[in-house]
Amino acid sequence: MKTVYFDHVATTPVDPRVLEAMLPFFSEHYGNPSELHRLGREARAAVDAARAQVASVLGAGEKEIVFTSGGTESDTLALAGSLARYQPGHLIVSAIEHPAVMEAARALNRQGWDVDFVPVDGDGVVDLDAYEQAFRDDTRLASIMFANNVIGTVQPVAELARIAHEKGALFHTDAVQAVGSLPVDVDELGVDLLSLSGHKLYGPKGVGALYVRRGTRLQPVIDGGGQERRLRSGTENVPGIVGLGVAITLAAEQLPEVGPRLESMRDRLMDGVLERVPEVTLLGHRTQRLPGNAAFSVRYIEGESMLLQMDAQGFMVSSGSACASGSLEPSHVVLALGLGAEDAHGSIRVSLGRENTVEEVDAFLEAFPPVVDKLRQMSPLYVKG
Amino acid sequence: MYTDLVMDHFTNPRNVGEIEDADGVGQIGNPVCGDVMRISIAVDDTDHIADVKFKTFGCGAAVATSSMVTEMVMGKSLTEAAVVSNKAVAEALGGLPANKMHCSNLAADALHLAIQDYLVRSGREDEVDQILPSLPKDHEHSSH
Repeated sequence: MKTVYFDHVATTPVDPRVLEAMLPFFSEHYGNPSELHRLGREARAAVDAARAQVASVLGAGEKEIVFTSGGTESDTLALAGSLARYQPGHLIVSAIEHPAVMEAARALNRQGWDVDFVPVDGDGVVDLDAYEQAFRDDTRLASIMFANNVIGTVQPVAELARIAHEKGALFHTDAVQAVGSLPVDVDELGVDLLSLSGHKLYGPKGVGALYVRRGTRLQPVIDGGGQERRLRSGTENVPGIVGLGVAITLAAEQLPEVGPRLESMRDRLMDGVLERVPEVTLLGHRTQRLPGNAAFSVRYIEGESMLLQMDAQGFMVSSGSACASGSLEPSHVVLALGLGAEDAHGSIRVSLGRENTVEEVDAFLEAFPPVVDKLRQMSPLYVKG
Repeated sequence: MYTDLVMDHFTNPRNVGEIEDADGVGQIGNPVCGDVMRISIAVDDTDHIADVKFKTFGCGAAVATSSMVTEMVMGKSLTEAAVVSNKAVAEALGGLPANKMHCSNLAADALHLAIQDYLVRSGREDEVDQILPSLPKDHEHSSH
């Protein structure tokens, strides 16, 4: 059976060019960048080159890039690291953050910080009035994700950053889904801190970066040998960092071609599903969304069932249902849109990547309606209209 | 995460549907929690289950346990069916992931409610406690 991978929000395959660039750094150029001998210097040069690549794509300075183990660590460093020098005060996050930010905020809350979770509208866009009104005199940081992993909605990040600065707070964005999929320029956005991850943009797992605007004071969350300008101790993941540098460069180079192609396939998929399957709701904003992300709530049936049935047909997709995620609660993101829990249980996410084709989208559109029909025939909630 | 048998029952569920003019119907769960199971039974003159069907809203485990319980009790006497437990259904499937044992393993409860419904409908309320010792009384899934 031919399989189709439609779960690029979860992770992407490592691009062969990325893998090729990484391989020598496992057993040939295996030096520790902190050492002064030849192998050490080679590794240092490779890390520096990757830092320049990441900085260049983001429009940042090389000294503003800190390599980490991935998106979660970048988010943790951004929140905990930027707030460590303050007495507990107030911070703002959105109601639809990734767990990496959500849990970092909750950890700060346990240390005495007040946290406001700003609501979003039915499309998943942060309520700007509520956001602006949430700021207090002691608000130190606002952290709003660039693009949502579940529903794909893209936030007006520049506007959100501007408001935060007006109120005297720092602004962080979790851009793990955005970098590689959308143009991201830290100066245009005006952000102080920005998280990104390697494996979401055809790079390896286990590596990410945090952009730290010059002058932003940060304390490390991992202490030790003082690598990454003391902000992230631990011997650098040299092959991973090399891979991230190549992957982000390739993604940026291909974006002008890949972005519109993904958008067109995504729209074909969204329109096709909405047209062919009755009682389906599109999740997230119709146009202001990640180019490859389509998400739906399908009434009367449950997401994991859809996921497994589609898997049996060769299509790998994801669901925000409680069962699929292993928790008992449906996705907090889908609930934040105002959907009831029973509709939130019926969510399904199809995320396209640059290796997907229109033929694969059309094959999905053939396979999906019968699966919905089969599960609805099985559902005690479904009464044929 | 699921055994082959779970996947088999999920992809080819047995006895899907609803019995018209069923002798007993039992439903458990709550759409808010993500699982609803409805089981209908036809009972013959000798207190045996002549037919049993299910409809389920829920995850792979919810569908598979529903399908499995219908297979396990088809043709069985009410007293035999009454002692089939959720745990026995899960074991018959070769086990379920730990996080599914609580939330999605309610099919036997739905069956027992169907048997209770049958007994009540046929004026045999007094036999409920005797035939159904493990009737789900105030299951948290049906109470919130």
